Amino acid sequence: MGYLLCFLIFTAACYSVKAHTEALCAAAVTGCGESALKLVITLAGSMAVWGGILNLLEKSGAAKKLTKTMKPLICKIFKGIKKDGEAAEAISLNITANLLGLGNAATPLGLDAMKKIEAEERPGVRTSANLTLLAVINACSLQLIPTTVSAIRSALGSENPMEILPCVIIVSAISVTVAVLTAKALTHGR
Amino acid sequence: MDVSSVILLGVTVFAFAYAAYKRVDIVSAFCEGARENLKVAIDLLPTLCLLMLAVSMLRASGVLDWLTGILTPLAVKLGFPAECLPLAILRPISGSGAIALLEDALRQCGPDSFPGRVASTLCASSETTFYTVAVYFAAVKSKKPKAALISALAGDLAAFIFSAVTVRIMLG
Repeated sequence: MGYLLCFLIFTAACYSVKAHTEALCAAAVTGCGESALKLVITLAGSMAVWGGILNLLEKSGAAKKLTKTMKPLICKIFKGIKKDGEAAEAISLNITANLLGLGNAATPLGLDAMKKIEAEERPGVRTSANLTLLAVINACSLQLIPTTVSAIRSALGSENPMEILPCVIIVSAISVTVAVLTAKALTHGR
Repeated sequence: MDVSSVILLGVTVFAFAYAAYKRVDIVSAFCEGARENLKVAIDLLPTLCLLMLAVSMLRASGVLDWLTGILTPLAVKLGFPAECLPLAILRPISGSGAIALLEDALRQCGPDSFPGRVASTLCASSETTFYTVAVYFAAVKSKKPKAALISALAGDLAAFIFSAVTVRIMLG
């Protein structure tokens, strides 16, 4: 990442001298801190509001109910997992956190689930396929409400920052399906 | 009636009503969640400064316009706005980098334009693939992330293609 950034900055500086945009480019260096701060301030405000609303869902037990309804589906996708085992519970918690957009909670829950899938390893169960599946699902975005993106949209004056919500849900569903089917095909027989 | 606004209002009202029904201390629970997310946003600032530096230099020098010009024929074939191609390439690699590029794309094209909507949809429906797969496989003994990486990137490619298609169908 560091080398890539170094290369990009070098390219931009050289190109600006060649294209006679060096004044603009220099202004970008001094001005970018302000744009970053402005962006973070708008992001912080709307992310804080969402954090509050989501914490209400968590504290009231609504998130737990969602976890429970997810479990049968999860046992279908993850072949050979124990229905009332710790791994199934951990996976459900991880996927619920992802759906609600609790990014900070989702990662530790997901890593915990990975360890529990491995711990449940027994003959006849495709552990490596299940590990692949969980990593793949987490590498796709399951978040139902695109809070960060809509915050950036509203910061830049969108008339309806949330209008992309139906598109986001459809595209996420397609991308998760493609990813899971690919993973199933690649780990077939493992 | 606007569907997304109704969903949003529904979630908000449900969260408050259900918390009240379950006798949760609404004020302290809300503030706790808000405080936590506020920290996340503030922690983003140093990385974002770095990436905004690179992106704004690329924008101001004209490199991004030059790149968009080169990529336009390819993008037109795919029915994808060329302005979003740099974002599509960076999305699986860097989370903060994608935020910086999304901001730039929305500023250039307008958030409610076709490229702006595609960029927003793409950004919201994919993840930092490389990072996620690496972190998840670091947690276990079995180190075979290849299948996971290929599948997740296939998912990203699907998100890339279908974000343009879906926005065109749903939002015109």
